[in-house]
Amino acid sequence: MKRAPRASGVVEAAGARGAPGLLEIRDLRVTYGSGASAVPAVRGVDLAVGPGQKLGIAGESGCGKSTLALALLRLLPSSARLSGEILLDGEDVLTMKWGRLRAVRWAGASIVFQGAMHSLNAVHRIGDQIAEPVLLHRRATPAAGRARAAELLEQVGLPAARADAYPHELSGGQRQRVMIAMALACDPRLIVADEPTTALDVMIQAQILRLIERLVAEQDIGLLMISHDLAVLADTCDRLAVMYAGRIVEEGPARAVYDAAEHPYGRALSAAFPRIGDPASRRAPRGLPGDPPDPAALPSGCTFHPRCPVALDVCEREDQPLREAGPGRSAACVRVGAAVPAGEQPR
Amino acid sequence: MTTTTPPAGPVPLLSAAELKVTFPGRRGAASARAVDGVDLDIGTGEIVALVGESGCGKTTLARALLGLVPPTRGRVTFAREPLGYGARALKAYRKRVQLVLQDPSGSLNPRHTVYDAVAEGLRIHAHPGDERAAVAEALSRAGLRPPERYFARYPHELSGGQRQRVVIAGALVLEPELIVADEPVASLDASVRGEILALLLSLRDELGLSALVVTHDLGLAWNIADRVAVMYLGRIVETGPVEEVLTAPQHPYTRALLSVLPESGEEPVVLMGEPPDPSRIPDGCRFHARCQVLASGEAARAGVDERCRTDSPPVLTGGAATQVACHWATAG
Amino acid sequence: MTSADPSTPTPSPLPDGPVPSPRSAVPSAASIVRARRRASLIRFWRQYRTHRAGLFGLAGLALVALTALAAPLLVGGDVQSVTRAPGKALEAPSGQFLLGTDQFGRPLLGLLIWGARISLTVGLLAAALSVAIGTLVGVMAGHFGGWPATVTMRITDWFLVMPTLVLAIVLATVMSRSVWTVIVAIGVTSWPTTARLVRAQTIAVESRPYIERARALGGGHGHIMTRHVLPNVMPLVLAQTTLGISSAILTEATLAFLGLGDPTIVSWGGMLQDAREAGAVSSGHWWYLAPPGLAIAFVALAFTLCGRAIETVLNPKLAVPR
Repeated sequence: MKRAPRASGVVEAAGARGAPGLLEIRDLRVTYGSGASAVPAVRGVDLAVGPGQKLGIAGESGCGKSTLALALLRLLPSSARLSGEILLDGEDVLTMKWGRLRAVRWAGASIVFQGAMHSLNAVHRIGDQIAEPVLLHRRATPAAGRARAAELLEQVGLPAARADAYPHELSGGQRQRVMIAMALACDPRLIVADEPTTALDVMIQAQILRLIERLVAEQDIGLLMISHDLAVLADTCDRLAVMYAGRIVEEGPARAVYDAAEHPYGRALSAAFPRIGDPASRRAPRGLPGDPPDPAALPSGCTFHPRCPVALDVCEREDQPLREAGPGRSAACVRVGAAVPAGEQPR
Repeated sequence: MTTTTPPAGPVPLLSAAELKVTFPGRRGAASARAVDGVDLDIGTGEIVALVGESGCGKTTLARALLGLVPPTRGRVTFAREPLGYGARALKAYRKRVQLVLQDPSGSLNPRHTVYDAVAEGLRIHAHPGDERAAVAEALSRAGLRPPERYFARYPHELSGGQRQRVVIAGALVLEPELIVADEPVASLDASVRGEILALLLSLRDELGLSALVVTHDLGLAWNIADRVAVMYLGRIVETGPVEEVLTAPQHPYTRALLSVLPESGEEPVVLMGEPPDPSRIPDGCRFHARCQVLASGEAARAGVDERCRTDSPPVLTGGAATQVACHWATAG
Repeated sequence: MTSADPSTPTPSPLPDGPVPSPRSAVPSAASIVRARRRASLIRFWRQYRTHRAGLFGLAGLALVALTALAAPLLVGGDVQSVTRAPGKALEAPSGQFLLGTDQFGRPLLGLLIWGARISLTVGLLAAALSVAIGTLVGVMAGHFGGWPATVTMRITDWFLVMPTLVLAIVLATVMSRSVWTVIVAIGVTSWPTTARLVRAQTIAVESRPYIERARALGGGHGHIMTRHVLPNVMPLVLAQTTLGISSAILTEATLAFLGLGDPTIVSWGGMLQDAREAGAVSSGHWWYLAPPGLAIAFVALAFTLCGRAIETVLNPKLAVPR
């Protein structure tokens, strides 16, 4: 008995494809270092998020998903080289002047990081920390800042009186709420949430996810959510993109990707979290043999072929681009769309 | 209370009886009853999942079972022998029961090679045989083959999954009878998670190893466990075979936990608030303040709401039967 | 940030460890350990080499150590003898006596070279003693905790707030006059800083999960302290020792200058005291005063530079932008 897939996701996403998005990423590439020791972290990513849309990015550690999140606001270390376009409301973040970028960082888009304990300053009251961006960017008076902090705390489901608390006085879930309140402080158009519920209990995770869903719906903001947990993303987001070795290998409506992924890596990720009650996964945990590839030494051809259970000979030689795989869906696998080339044998 | 009669099974390998662990409060604060009366049996070759939110006492219970925390009351029995807390008795016990921790990066000393990390247990217990051969065998059992390739590596040169395999090899090298694994896959990537769980399952099938897996992840229990025990605020509130507890949960808390899973088919019951404080356990049923069944008036219709607020349900026995500590569930 | 992102590049596997060849695929445990130790020493040296100040300190130390070792060849043991002094009292620097002579007519250059032996010996041994006591106290207090640790740390605090020099003076006064007295006096008064540092580090290490794993494997107190805590506090201790040597040398010089050293042995501090007694300050015999003072400053500086460099290499968190 499955919850009905949120039909709105499919329709909206399909409609947003042609329309100018809130966020559009075109052929984004990020490389750390230069010359012979250059390590590619993101290798040509195209994405679009519209207002009120929720896009999930799934992938393992080292696949470049966190680099992608940081690249959106140019928060990467100076050793990183970026190319491509990141259009936020039509304006390219990569060519922006510093002053404009500072404004965009709070009012245009803001990030909710994982590990809320380390992202909050331990010696300041949380109310002051929430009000800080308001004071800086809106030139608000201290009183207005305090009022805004109280309002934001109410929005994320914390009593306004908690503004006087220090981070260590809050539980993990409450701290994550504070992080979300901070991200909302300047009414951003886009929120990037990097593993917002990792290390939280299921019940707290459910609370935080409901909160994010509600805020996105009420304020018509775009959400880019990053996680390694496909089940969580599928439940929260409209669309889902699966990343592997710095590229998107599958994209489509969230439920469809989760229930029936076209790419073998997407299938492995979705099988990693069992559906309780499903006899197929009982006493049969499924993983993916092998380790994520080293970005400094990527395999030839399709980067997934060494771990792929259904790889063909051609996969070792030829890179696989994203192909059309049904309405609003695409996947970077040789078995998608076109028939398997003649004479190819499964390895 | 008991809904299915247990088969008259053999004596459990590890058993906790009326176990209580209380931590004294600091500076006059009330003491925290982390484990507040738990009976739990683990049979030979059985995998038991201990499930609960953080702060429910599941980690303390696991540590008490390992003798790392002395119980305030009650006792732990291993292979019919009560667990002694002298240095010698504990050392002998720890050759037979092993611990695998959540964070594989933290549970390996960064200055020790893989070989040293795995051989540590052998050295502590003055292993009489060939240390090299034992280390190599444990590494290949844990899926690191060929083992020689890993001997000289340091933890920082390995991936997260490989590190967890080293930790498991370090536990296997002493040929234990039981492994206590505290969130063994919580800090691993999705694709690695299944691999490590499959390893635990195969160790049970091949070596007859028993395991207690402490986790907040119900999917993990469905993946590998035979039996599940749901813990709330220091007590086990529901226990039984995985198929029964996870597909037909009776306790409102278990129901809520299952309902918030992303792939559950039901309307999610999101319990508000944080898990309550073990230093202030409410009177009556310890769950009643957050209980959705009591809040919706369902319990009143069944005529048990008064007992929910005043009577604490009895401690569940540790056996294999399906049991639930809830006035409402047992009334119907 | 995910840990495996390329912004924090993990070292490629086994850069210089033993890669078992197919022929001899069975390296013994001991050979693994030896090869890894060599590799980590090489790694340490590669990083140390990048610290210019550290290299300068090391070169200075090598110079002083070689001079001290070769002193019997360079100047001979009878340079200290007052009766066989070759020159007249308080001669100014000349071709025969490069640094002049003292009030007994002994060549000051010879005394300076001979004095390096005492300064270095006292510095090394006193620092070793102090760090040994500090490490022992720190590890014990950090590992066991409870009221004995509280009592120990209160004693440590008491030593910490006592002026080291005053305590050392008292000790040097009540004990017999010898080099060993000075070493003991410095050693037992300067350990509290090390003890504090080591205790803090021990507590940090003890909270790591691998300590719990070791305990669950059956490891006792001795196992945890020697196999896990000590190797993790050693870098700190090593840096602390190097820094301790320079302060020990200074304390030794101070004690000798105050006349509490062994009067029969030439040391830099002793030379300064002799110079003061001979009235070098008022009569303008700068060549008597300056060389031992500069030598003390030079050696203390060299050890400090080395210690800071070691500290930075072993504990990059302390690194300051250079």
